[in-house]
Amino acid sequence: MSVVSETIDWLTDSVNHSGTDGIPHRLVEHLGYTAETIAIAGVIAIPVGLWIGHTGRFRGSAVALTGALRALPTLGLLTALALFVGIGLTAPLIALVVLAVPPLLAGAYAGVESVDRQTIDAARAMGMTELQILRKVEIPLALPIIVGGIRSAVLQVVATATVAAFVGLGGLGRYLIDGQAVSDYAQMAGGSVLVIAMALVLDGVFATLQALATGRQPRKQPSPA
Amino acid sequence: MSWFLDNIDMIRELFVRHAWISVLSTVIGFVIALPVGWYANEHPRLRGVAVAVVGILYTIPSIALFVLLPGILGTGFLSVVNVIVALSVYAAAVMVRSVADAFGSVSPAVLDAASAAGFSRPQRVFRVELPLAGPVLLAGIRVVSVSTVSMLSVATLIGVSNLGSLFTDGFRRDFQTEIVIGILAIVVLALVLDALLVLAGRLLMPWNRGQRTVAPRLRPLEDSLSRAVQGP
Repeated sequence: MSVVSETIDWLTDSVNHSGTDGIPHRLVEHLGYTAETIAIAGVIAIPVGLWIGHTGRFRGSAVALTGALRALPTLGLLTALALFVGIGLTAPLIALVVLAVPPLLAGAYAGVESVDRQTIDAARAMGMTELQILRKVEIPLALPIIVGGIRSAVLQVVATATVAAFVGLGGLGRYLIDGQAVSDYAQMAGGSVLVIAMALVLDGVFATLQALATGRQPRKQPSPA
Repeated sequence: MSWFLDNIDMIRELFVRHAWISVLSTVIGFVIALPVGWYANEHPRLRGVAVAVVGILYTIPSIALFVLLPGILGTGFLSVVNVIVALSVYAAAVMVRSVADAFGSVSPAVLDAASAAGFSRPQRVFRVELPLAGPVLLAGIRVVSVSTVSMLSVATLIGVSNLGSLFTDGFRRDFQTEIVIGILAIVVLALVLDALLVLAGRLLMPWNRGQRTVAPRLRPLEDSLSRAVQGP
């Protein structure tokens, strides 16, 4: 039997459609971890990013931090935290939050920075307070880039949550890790197909949100050459 | 520290292995991305298609690709070929875009001048466009080199050994030192490769030395400043 048909058999086998180890449960688990991580990381990173973008302070450190975290191997962070904090959900979730922060932070500060200085000066000249400028001018204009940051963070978390199955996290990564342990290639391949499908669907959803955020904006004036 | 000294041979072996797999994948990715990116820049319509394809490739989580490739390629499950192909695909996906940007950054006036001076088309590509696109190309390779080194460590989970093996082994034996040494070794390798790339850039593009290019992020600010000075 070929690898492809074995994988299809695994995906369609009703044994895999119910229970804790069933596909629906693992899918929901994976989405749950992703939503939880993005919510926690967003509450931390987006306000900080907006503040950096608005004031221009600590911009250098933010760039350095996002660059340094990109070089950090995810599996190293996951295993180190798992040994340090102990087995359970806490360690992988901390690691996922740490990895989701850089793209969210970068999206927020780059978005605010991309707003034309003249627009901000005009808003200030009209008597808007700094908070009003942020809320009514900078955030709406920065929205497509902020959503872009959330989009990359979501993809990062979906991928890393899969790897985190190695340190005991649930979700779709279980099929890859558990399948590897018993040399069940069909299970590993099936799990991989599901992870890829989830990543593509979420990417599509956020691409649409990004397009909606862009579409709401006033058309750009042709800039003087 | 004593564990490090006792196992120095094993760590060195994994370090060398990690280095050659990362370097080879980055090089293959670049060799693919260079003509594709150049072609995409020449044909603006294809550029959109290329960027879309690249975007989809990059959406695929690396561990899923590591698992699926043996099934697609027919290679052995533990073969290092799977990992090299997967990493090359990612490297190419990221670099196609930066290569297109690099060639796009060459001023059309310079290209016209080269044609007027009697350069044939291939001469112009290799002797004018490529050297002028060099700095942006180098920036693209540096980003990919760092992320490839980091991404390779995940391949340990499917049984292809590299410095990431120190993570899985350290985790199984509940031994934090081994994991920390693994992280340090990977960061050191990324820094060494980056330094080598910068050095190669200096040797190949001596005219670029000391010249500082304006970071793209600063451009909007500069534009608005110059507009404010010159009037609309």
